Amino acid sequence: MQNSGIRKPGCLLGAAAFAMLMAGSALAATPKDTLVVVWAFDDTITMDPAESFEISAGEFMGNSYDRLLRYDVNDPSKLLPDLAKSWTVSPDGKTFTFELREGAKFASGNPVTSEDVAFSLQRAVTLDKTPAFILTQFGLTKDNVKDKVKATGPLTVTLETDKSYAPSFVLNCMTANVAAILDKKLVMSKEQNGDLGYAWLKTNYAGSGPLKIREWRANEILAMERNDNYYGEKSKLARVIYRHVKEAATQRLLLEKGDADIARNLTPQDLDALKANKDIKETGTPKGTVYYISLNQKNPNLAKPEVREAMKWLVDYDAIGDTLIKNIGIVHQNFLPVGLLGASTEKPFKLDVDKAKGLLAKAGLPNGFKVTMDVRTVQPVQGIAEAVQQTAKRAGIDIEIIPGDGKQTLTKYRARTHDMYIGQWGADYWDPHTNADTFARNPDNSDDAKSKPLAWRNAWAIPELTKKADAAALERDTEKRKGMYTEMQAEFRQTSPFVLIYQMNEVAAYRANVENLKIGPTSDATYMFKVTKQ
Amino acid sequence: MTIAEQTRGGGRRSARLLRGADTVGRFLLVIFLTYLGLLAVTFFIGRVIPIDPVLAVVGDRAPEHVIQRVREEMGLNKPLWEQFFIYCRKVLQGDFGTSVLTSNPVMQDIRRAFPATIELATLGTIMGAGLGVPLGVWAAVRRGGVADQLVRVMGLIGYSVPIFWLGLMGLLVFYARLGWVGGPGRIDVAYEYSLTPVTGFMLLDTAIAGEWEAFGNAFSHLILPASLLGYFSLAYISRMTRSFMLNELNQEYVIAARAKGLTETRIIWRHALRNAMVPLVTVIALSYAGLLEGSVLTETVFAWPGLGLYITNSLQNADMNAVLGGTIVVGSIFIGLNLLSDILYRLLDPRTKTR
Amino acid sequence: MSAVNAPSPGGWREWLMSDRPQSRRQAALGRAYGGWRTFSRNRLAMLGLAIVIALLLVALFANQLAPYSPYIGDLRTTRLLPPSAAHWFGTDDQGRDILSRIIHGSRITLFVVVLVAILAAPIGLVVGTVAGYSGGLIDAALMRITDIFLAFPRLILALAFVAALGPGIENAVIAIAITSWPPYARIARAETLTIRQADYIAAVQLMGASPWRIVLRHIMPLCVSSVIVRVTLDMAGIILTAAGLGFLGLGAQPPTPEWGAMIANGRLYVLDQWWVAAAPGAAIFLVSLAFNLLGDGLRDALDPKGVK
Repeated sequence: MQNSGIRKPGCLLGAAAFAMLMAGSALAATPKDTLVVVWAFDDTITMDPAESFEISAGEFMGNSYDRLLRYDVNDPSKLLPDLAKSWTVSPDGKTFTFELREGAKFASGNPVTSEDVAFSLQRAVTLDKTPAFILTQFGLTKDNVKDKVKATGPLTVTLETDKSYAPSFVLNCMTANVAAILDKKLVMSKEQNGDLGYAWLKTNYAGSGPLKIREWRANEILAMERNDNYYGEKSKLARVIYRHVKEAATQRLLLEKGDADIARNLTPQDLDALKANKDIKETGTPKGTVYYISLNQKNPNLAKPEVREAMKWLVDYDAIGDTLIKNIGIVHQNFLPVGLLGASTEKPFKLDVDKAKGLLAKAGLPNGFKVTMDVRTVQPVQGIAEAVQQTAKRAGIDIEIIPGDGKQTLTKYRARTHDMYIGQWGADYWDPHTNADTFARNPDNSDDAKSKPLAWRNAWAIPELTKKADAAALERDTEKRKGMYTEMQAEFRQTSPFVLIYQMNEVAAYRANVENLKIGPTSDATYMFKVTKQ
Repeated sequence: MTIAEQTRGGGRRSARLLRGADTVGRFLLVIFLTYLGLLAVTFFIGRVIPIDPVLAVVGDRAPEHVIQRVREEMGLNKPLWEQFFIYCRKVLQGDFGTSVLTSNPVMQDIRRAFPATIELATLGTIMGAGLGVPLGVWAAVRRGGVADQLVRVMGLIGYSVPIFWLGLMGLLVFYARLGWVGGPGRIDVAYEYSLTPVTGFMLLDTAIAGEWEAFGNAFSHLILPASLLGYFSLAYISRMTRSFMLNELNQEYVIAARAKGLTETRIIWRHALRNAMVPLVTVIALSYAGLLEGSVLTETVFAWPGLGLYITNSLQNADMNAVLGGTIVVGSIFIGLNLLSDILYRLLDPRTKTR
Repeated sequence: MSAVNAPSPGGWREWLMSDRPQSRRQAALGRAYGGWRTFSRNRLAMLGLAIVIALLLVALFANQLAPYSPYIGDLRTTRLLPPSAAHWFGTDDQGRDILSRIIHGSRITLFVVVLVAILAAPIGLVVGTVAGYSGGLIDAALMRITDIFLAFPRLILALAFVAALGPGIENAVIAIAITSWPPYARIARAETLTIRQADYIAAVQLMGASPWRIVLRHIMPLCVSSVIVRVTLDMAGIILTAAGLGFLGLGAQPPTPEWGAMIANGRLYVLDQWWVAAAPGAAIFLVSLAFNLLGDGLRDALDPKGVK
């Protein structure tokens, strides 16, 4: 009778419940020779070192491609040999000669020669993709690069610059990913229509590094394997797998469950909570990335010097430091991140609403004003924006937050149509000029300027400071150079339309059986090939 | 003939003519126009979005001359209509372009993302229909009773709960606290690496490879999001089943069958349900289409690399080739399944046959 | 219609229930009363109505009801506190009282629901009735457009529109409205197709009424009730879509206490501070459920064709 109508769903429900129980499989740890890293790396768009310029891709390149030299992760001011065993600078400071290491081989088995080195640098300049400026800033162009970068012997390469730059500046740039050494034979065998292997290398690998890239699926996975042809100490791990996981909570779960060995994007709360877990350890390193709020000088209110200063007194640095960026950032008020030559640690600003009010009154805005701020909907940026919104309100400044996806806020920022913007800037290479170039240089403030550094994006016209920044890049005496940057930072703190808030401290949490994990100061210096697993 | 029929006679005749001309050609034209509209809407939204597509290609640090060059390479400096025309011409040649974000041809990306969505949607629909139909029948038979109210409330809850929230809480309880199911993603990383995708369906791939441990693992990842989607389609399917069944149970043939002394079980399951099945097929097909279109929120919460996530991600980066390719696929599913349910309806329904 | 027909005070019920209404108004009121009687017998629907009324009251008296400001918190002292007597639902990552935010958020939810209904229903109604009445090319064209919009995944289309229009709750409303009219158009068209065969339409046509007049005065009013029922049933869907947009980071502008955005924010803390995401999720659930119960009851009561 009608009973059947009841029985049927009943047993189906039972079956579903059974299936659910069956699904509860044992959660195994990852294999001993495999390191599983969970990380948000959806910014990676290519595997070609000549084009790659994203934070996550930097790490992949750093592990898989050798370059002429690397900086010492323990003391970034020191340079270490990589494929070049030694180097010299000519007395006029314009010619750099690199002597290559003997017997090094690419993962393909091809030997590493000076031809490969010259080809790699020439290729980067000729393709002229985003990071090419790191090389072209020394006067290399498509037309002259074949003369300026030359293989002068089987294992000797020379590089000629247009001016006599600070040698440390030039050599620091040679550690960047764009100067990675490619397997010329392999790349050129894949060339199509004279593209120098560009189409192929986007998703393939032609390097000599300790790990080789086996597979990359955007927004999903990046798999690296040990390169048995590596010249140096071979990786203990057979493979390193990066899995793209966007959510911090998810990363933490995977780590806690043992489904992942290292989690990279945990929130301050997650890191706090994990401190109680015996099986999990944490390691952190201050990065070359600073977070700031900038004030567009096209907005008449924000262009007033008093308002610029007032904004700096309206951020509760300490409270933000103890909560929103606890574990993941250090309050920092200078455009040079700690670790770069000459970086200042001065912190004159703190939350002082009365002082800000006084400044606003002086600016003729005693009742405050209304202004918008473009904010990416990611943490901790959004949290900081909301906190600043609250504190600014106390001085009468009414900030309307305009949330948006990363690319959206950036598009607006680059068009200079924002009022306020909260963002970050990471060092492109390990030299103070990288940040001075963008924060303190604005050679042309017109709307159709050729370069659009951060100073330009906020319409901050600074001919004097620009000159100082240029001079510092050419100063060959390191101590003197340091002093110049200190001076620039002091001026910048007082007058700039940038409210520097904190320097990023990148923290990774890892299973206790993982050893020798060290986060590098730049993304290309986080070396997974040195990691071992018990 | 009523007045209405007289006055509308002309209109009806032309309608009949149109129906007569309802041939393959006309049908194709309709589909073509729908596609064109779909493409045009997506294309222009994509161009209106205040995101510079060049940014996704070259990043924030690129020098100005690189940006300008890439803009030209991408054809973005041409007038909109010309860009659209170029795009359409390429699509007609079967070239959907390359995704900026993944550096892969868009179709290759979709071939990878779509099976993930199909796997999820299929299991969800099987669960939803497998449970929803009997529950709906049960509710209809016990109309007004406790069972009916129970099924009704269950359905309404399904309609009311934010799926991303339920997914989040589900992960918290079943994965984080209880460890009964696999976490986000389609399979544990360790297995993912050792598998060579053949079909793109994790369950099939692992079964083909004979990796039963991996199969179980994939299933444990699939079960929670699929159950969620299953619950949502259950809410819809059980509700529709109930109303179709009530309709059937009020029909004369049921009364006649009862009079003939057939058992109630037979009447309900053999006769009434079979007739109710006709519109139900449409309902199930449409709910399947809904799930196939990519459940953006579920995929977001479970980090499920499916179509919904792919399109959303591309949209936020103004990766228009990918968005357009994804939209065409989704539109095809909608049009295809609508068509299919239409055909099934005609095949199954005896009334449409005689007409 | 006039005082002559007015019933005696005690006879309201009889007057309303009369089989032979004396006036149009009596007939209409009688129908409404009948509907209300059916409706009020449905306990679940009454529960839904009660919650919706409660929502209205909460939104109206948000300032009086909320114990704290929904916008001001203290990072140092009140951040991420668990539920307690002082903060019933705990506090969020900016130290704001979640209960107060949910109370103020009810205004946004109501705003979205009402505005989407006001925008989308008329669009659907007009498109559907015009298509249904005109037939031929206009019908084909309008229905093609409807199909195009239906062929999109709704949330992705809304997402695209919000991205194009810029953030803000008003733009989210517009985006949701743009994506939610097609079903109404289909319903209105189906209704129109049956109505336009009716004798009285033919009569009006013979009297020389213009097509616009016929659609506006004679067809549309008859489609309204089924569209209203559908809209009520869709309210939950609208709330969920708005919350979904908020969850994906579009829609509401911080610090607006939009419930979906609150969940998105709480998602970061879900493992340790579950209450941040739990409370707004429950609020969305409760209100959606109320609208669903209400819509369900309304359909049973108003729609004579609906299966009871």
